[in-house]
Amino acid sequence: MSVNKSIPKVDGMGLVLGKPAYTDDFAPRDALIVKVLRSPHAHAEITSIDTSKALMIPEIKCVLTHLNVPDVIFSRAGQGYPEPSPYDAKILDKTVRYMGDAVAVVAGTSEHMVDLAMSQIKVKYEVKDAIIDFETALDHETLIHANENTFSMFPIGHDAKRNLAASYEMMIGDVPKTLESCDVVHRATYYTQAQSHAMAEPHNVTAYYDVQDRLTIMSSTQTPFHVRRIIARNLGVDLSKVRVIKPRIGGGFGGKQAIHGEFYVALVTKITGKPAKMIYTRKEVFESTYTRHAMRIDLTVGAMKDGTIKALDMEVLSNTGAYGEHALTVLMVTGAKNLPLYNHVESVGFKGNVVYTNTTPAGAFRGYGAIQGNFALESIIDELAAKLEMDPVEIRTMNMIKEGETSEIFEVMGEGKEGMAMMIESCKLDQCIENVMKSIQWKEKYPMRVMPDGKIRGVGMALAMQGSGIPGIDMASAIIKLNDDGFFSLVVGATDIGTGSDTILAQMAAETLNVPVDQIIVYSSDTDLTPFDTGAYASSTTYVSGHSVRIAAENMVEVILDKARRFFGTEDVSYDGKTVRAGSQEMTLKAFSTVLYYSEQQEQLVSSGSFVGEKAPPPYMAGACEVEIDPRTGRIEVLEYHASVDCGTVVNPNLARIQVEGALLQGIGMTLYEEAIYRNNGRLYNNSFLTYKVPTRMDVGPMHINFVDSFEPSGPFGAKSVGEIGIDTPPAAIANAVYNATGMRIRKLPIRSEDLWEMMNKKQTLI
Amino acid sequence: MEVTLIINGDHFGFSAEPDEVLLDTLRKLGFKSVKRGCDTTSCGMCHIIVDGQLVPSCSYLTVRANRKKIVTVEGVQEKVRAIAEFMTAEGVEQCGYCSPGHMMSLIALFEENPKPTIDEVKHYLAGNMCRCSGFEGQHRAIAAYLEVEQS
Ligand code: FES
Ligand code: FES
Repeated sequence: MSVNKSIPKVDGMGLVLGKPAYTDDFAPRDALIVKVLRSPHAHAEITSIDTSKALMIPEIKCVLTHLNVPDVIFSRAGQGYPEPSPYDAKILDKTVRYMGDAVAVVAGTSEHMVDLAMSQIKVKYEVKDAIIDFETALDHETLIHANENTFSMFPIGHDAKRNLAASYEMMIGDVPKTLESCDVVHRATYYTQAQSHAMAEPHNVTAYYDVQDRLTIMSSTQTPFHVRRIIARNLGVDLSKVRVIKPRIGGGFGGKQAIHGEFYVALVTKITGKPAKMIYTRKEVFESTYTRHAMRIDLTVGAMKDGTIKALDMEVLSNTGAYGEHALTVLMVTGAKNLPLYNHVESVGFKGNVVYTNTTPAGAFRGYGAIQGNFALESIIDELAAKLEMDPVEIRTMNMIKEGETSEIFEVMGEGKEGMAMMIESCKLDQCIENVMKSIQWKEKYPMRVMPDGKIRGVGMALAMQGSGIPGIDMASAIIKLNDDGFFSLVVGATDIGTGSDTILAQMAAETLNVPVDQIIVYSSDTDLTPFDTGAYASSTTYVSGHSVRIAAENMVEVILDKARRFFGTEDVSYDGKTVRAGSQEMTLKAFSTVLYYSEQQEQLVSSGSFVGEKAPPPYMAGACEVEIDPRTGRIEVLEYHASVDCGTVVNPNLARIQVEGALLQGIGMTLYEEAIYRNNGRLYNNSFLTYKVPTRMDVGPMHINFVDSFEPSGPFGAKSVGEIGIDTPPAAIANAVYNATGMRIRKLPIRSEDLWEMMNKKQTLI
Repeated sequence: MEVTLIINGDHFGFSAEPDEVLLDTLRKLGFKSVKRGCDTTSCGMCHIIVDGQLVPSCSYLTVRANRKKIVTVEGVQEKVRAIAEFMTAEGVEQCGYCSPGHMMSLIALFEENPKPTIDEVKHYLAGNMCRCSGFEGQHRAIAAYLEVEQS
């Protein structure tokens, strides 16, 4: 048995031993160095650009500006096609829309000379008013995408004339009417901030022409097939002439689910014929890639005196920055992956606008809206409990979704379009709650205690759900081949971005083929060699890619049996992973495969499998934490975090646990430390690891993770996803704990000690 | 400037730019374990050992390392493997990009202090960032390694 085992990662030892594995480790030595000259203004029109001096430097081989690159408009989002994001970006544009937007691309043989050339490019700008505060963006007199013809592939509520990247609205039942019939109605406004991904490896890409004169792009991308599609189409190259390879990636978290440097490097190679590479500086990663969408969330809950929740109404204003990638889908997830948690409601409403501003584009980021919405929803549940003088855990258990139930939201809201109806077949939230209450000793600690040193401790809880891929849209596929000597190659389009997907997919293949995991050799994410997969996003790999591997492996067993029937001339055949039996004869798989390829009835055995989900069963989780607050300073410390997760069958308990621990810390980071702060002129204030505070090992307290016994009937081997869910609970759980400790309700992230201190001392609420 | 570096016991002679840093030199010479994670000397992913001292190679001038002994993960594979067994047993190397720098810090620590407590480990490794793992697994792995080593 290989599934539900803590098998080490297939590539783990090699990575720790420092073997060449990442994009830049394979860059050709003679690759041209590519750098991007970036805008010093938040919003400006380039009125003239003079590159002649730069081009006079002999080491400089290519300079690109908006004047000499293809004038095409597209969405950089690596999403299913047609994309639900507006087509509003160009390779290089005459208008620059945020500080750090690309102005020109310089490629040369020496880094020094490239730097020199960049300083020699003379750009004249007509500076325009910039919109930094997203709450003023809608219908602002300044339009961020006024000049070119932005459009969307299908209706997404896009209206560039209103600074609107996308918008959406839905209502099930009659919310105003239900609210009228409620004993209590509670409304509150929550703010979540722009967070930076801060993955370890900066984005980088290398391109070269291979021996068959095909444009090969090696990239730190989460979506190689989307990169191939977007690059080839917009450069006017046949898809058949482009190959995209994803080697190992130093983390993505959604930040690499888009086109970043690929266009620049591919174009340099296309124009010069020479290999080229670009490595983002850390400053560029912060300023010129992606952040999380900052949001304002207005939430209304209506309930009866006994705690029955009858209505939920969520209204979101989301900041997509300069370009609208993932605008609509992140917005919809904010509602769709939270509101169904409390599915017994009579009516539920959701609407939102996603606006453009002159800041770093927002994009995909682990949680993808769910964490923002969770902060609001799971805070307001505690607020409601306080209003009703009820226990917040009791309110949750009374109202939360249970196995065998559904929510109409699943059918109404998908990602970018309608969703698909789904019955919840696995949901162990009750068990999750019980587990965290027990492990954190909730009963003893709730709501707060004052320590002898005057510090105050409080506990808080939040529930969460996520999805498992995008049903009806995202496809994954796998090919398995039997090799001589009886081992298998598993070739998958799935993209391992450090998640361990190569390993868990090998485990699934091994399980079905009944062989040890080391008999499965995995090769992934190479558009020439591996079958199609939409990529690593939307918590899809375990569920969607996992199914494709399961199907391919089941097919391989059939292929082996079929060959055995023909080989031995009998219908009575069997296969058990080691031996092929036919009537009274038997042959080891080792011998059988060797004979098949070298001597008798020669034939290569290959199988394939592909899968598109009909549903996206949510993983569930309860998170609880204890915080300690120093009333003298407002300092907040998370003493311990307890999480209990229902992700169905845990394919690899070790890897799942680390996923959850890592996600929790990113969530804690977002709650307490992290925020991309823009000055009024649009400059990102914290664009380095010195100024942008990701949690370090000194900040982390003990985390207790547990996985409940659960089985998802629709999942491969009973599994659901686990990659994102871990990030969702910290904002609300910590905010609830702070409230329980101090009575102060904080509705704005990050929760800053100085704000808490201010509130405690002035007894004022923040918003 | 002409420079000779003694990298993992081998001599490399070449001419270096005056502003070249060891990180770039080492990667150019093929020592790909050395990774760049930042521009501000704050991530620890480029850690190497120069004449017995743990240093960030991103801010160490190559010319300054002339005639010095440099150790990268490539040069201490067996030592690294012994620790890495415990890391991979926990599954803490997710993207793995931080791992080589992390290993160099641990090796330097164990040279200085063969029996550190977990608190001492945390302090010594405070500059080794990891965005994937949440750190707790790393600490479990290191504790397990130390327990076996010290018994
Ligand atoms: S590269 Fe970050 S410390 Fe050296
Ligand atoms: S494993 Fe990815 S940064 Fe540490």
